[in-house]
Amino acid sequence: MTPLRDAFLSAAVALGLFGPMVGLLTVSGEHGLSLELRPIATAVIVGLVFLGRLLVLSWRGRGRVETYKTNRALAEGIAHAGKFIAPVLLVAAVALPFTGSRYYVDLGTLVLTYIMLGWGLNIVVGLAGLLDLGYVAFYAVGAYSYALLSTTYDLGFWTCLPLAGLFAGCAGVMLGFPVLRLRGDYLAIVTLAFGEIIRIVLTNWVSLTNGPNGITGIPRPTLFGLRFSMEGGEGTFAGFFGIEPATIQRVIFLYYVILVLALLTNWVSLRLRRIPLGRAWEALREDEIACRSLGINVRNTKLTAFGMGAMFGGLAGAFFATRQAFISPESFTFIESATVLAIVVLGGMGSQLGVALAAIVMVGGLETLRDVLSFLGDQMNSPLFAGIAGQLPLYRMLIFGLVLVVMMVLRPRGLISGRTPTVALGARKEIAAELVAQGRG
Amino acid sequence: MTALLSLSGVTAFYGAIQALRGIDLTVRRGEIVTLIGANGAGKSTLMMTICGNPRARTGQILHEGQDITQWPTHRIMRRGIAQAPEGRRIFGRMTVHENLLMGAEVAGRTDIPDRLEQVFALFPRLKERMTQRGGTLSGGEQQMLAIGRALMSRPSLLLLDEPSLGLAPLVVRQIFSAIRDLNRATGLTVLLVEQNAYQALRLAHRGYVLVNGAITMAGTGAELLARPEIRAAYLEGGHA
Repeated sequence: MTPLRDAFLSAAVALGLFGPMVGLLTVSGEHGLSLELRPIATAVIVGLVFLGRLLVLSWRGRGRVETYKTNRALAEGIAHAGKFIAPVLLVAAVALPFTGSRYYVDLGTLVLTYIMLGWGLNIVVGLAGLLDLGYVAFYAVGAYSYALLSTTYDLGFWTCLPLAGLFAGCAGVMLGFPVLRLRGDYLAIVTLAFGEIIRIVLTNWVSLTNGPNGITGIPRPTLFGLRFSMEGGEGTFAGFFGIEPATIQRVIFLYYVILVLALLTNWVSLRLRRIPLGRAWEALREDEIACRSLGINVRNTKLTAFGMGAMFGGLAGAFFATRQAFISPESFTFIESATVLAIVVLGGMGSQLGVALAAIVMVGGLETLRDVLSFLGDQMNSPLFAGIAGQLPLYRMLIFGLVLVVMMVLRPRGLISGRTPTVALGARKEIAAELVAQGRG
Repeated sequence: MTALLSLSGVTAFYGAIQALRGIDLTVRRGEIVTLIGANGAGKSTLMMTICGNPRARTGQILHEGQDITQWPTHRIMRRGIAQAPEGRRIFGRMTVHENLLMGAEVAGRTDIPDRLEQVFALFPRLKERMTQRGGTLSGGEQQMLAIGRALMSRPSLLLLDEPSLGLAPLVVRQIFSAIRDLNRATGLTVLLVEQNAYQALRLAHRGYVLVNGAITMAGTGAELLARPEIRAAYLEGGHA
């Protein structure tokens, strides 16, 4: 196919896709909803696709070999940069609240929650190779454990946190038992169902969970017994330190709580990786029959992976409950599992730093994109963009999806796709990207 | 010599298909015993049945006098039986070192460096490749790794499933001579499944011939090599 024909074909596909998505806009007017046509916006996008395809084709026409080389160099570059990125990120994470911006601290808390979930799921998916599409179930178990224990028995956050982890871990083992013999797609389906079952039980078991109305008034955590309350005075954080009570103090405190929890998850995963159990998880991912023939108890090894991953999901869930002070089954839908799984896959299965970066891009990037787009929209005064400017933020998910697709085309094994051996003599050698899993579950 | 492993009347099924029909087989301590047969005769099934996967439906498997017929695989492997499985099944994305450590899991972690040294003495190539990923090794090196990994558990009985599969004749000779050295030096008992009948019978003290899931002949390696029907069925146009 000639490049020109190819580009025309791509443009035609783009027209079919973007015609309805971008070309039609529903506006609510005096007589209810009406359709507005936006031919210019559509034409711009289709034109971009046409030109882009031409460019890609001509770029590919020249040096194929070179493309590979640059990719390889890029991979090595990223692997080297990883040594510096991690400490920089850590310092940035610790320093973030000093910006004093409520918005950034809230966003940071959200990102860290997903980083923690990503690291937890990474144990199951990245290390043990068990594709889990129902991870949100453990998040929900943790959140409801804390919510119910604290509102019913008046227990504090720090007492409930380990319990929430324990309950979620048990739920993980419970899920593990029936799926021991399943692999890949079949495992994915059952875990998906498990996630839905938990959500539906939470919705319908009204006497326990208050059903779709959720649980309100979940207590906030305390700092060594000091409450964060607006009244100030005896027994509160502000009163103890003799400062003016402010909401931001609690927000910052919550931020540090999730930072510590996330770092704990990271530390435990890194430790686990170096002990024989972690090695057995990886071996299990590689070849189950070989594991059996080496005397590995495959059942126990799988169950510990499920349990351990679920435990961290539960801890994150307890944090979520205390931060929101309100939870309902609506917070634990499949899209949460999908987001966390996307973070793990995008990060490069098994890479701790990759997961962190992916969470920043997926969660933080999506929010930032909203701001950038509204800013850009405000700047566009030309009549040519009249149709688009105001609605630019609506394109957020479209752009985001596009970025994900481009990412997986350019780096199919994730952002950071190396693997550090669990034992090493002398220098640890990074295992090259080509040898790491590519979209396998 | 006492029987280290003995099978009596063992049958095994894959679903409704009978793969093994009343196998009687004995491996004595310090022996190399080989099991030869054509494709699909049930050689690998017999190997796997000893390891409890699939379990024997009838019959009895004794290891050092203990009935292990119904034991789960991982417990059987913890009794000092190790297997280098068919197709090698090394952990491709883990390093040679990690692969070997996986083999050491069952036998405790006390003298791992010693055991590593023993494996490296037998296969020096593995030492050179220590930090390399298993999947980047050549076929012969992978087979050495599979055997080395099995030896890391200090087994009393080593099950080798077609170690010569897909390897160049020179490499096969290397591996077979390593097995012989090991047997002579440490008295390691070996049950060897092979399609390469000539080499296997020359190496082994005794041999069994498996046809359609049943043992049709048994004898010393030299005896079986001399049998005209063996020559006709397994050695014709072959490796002699």
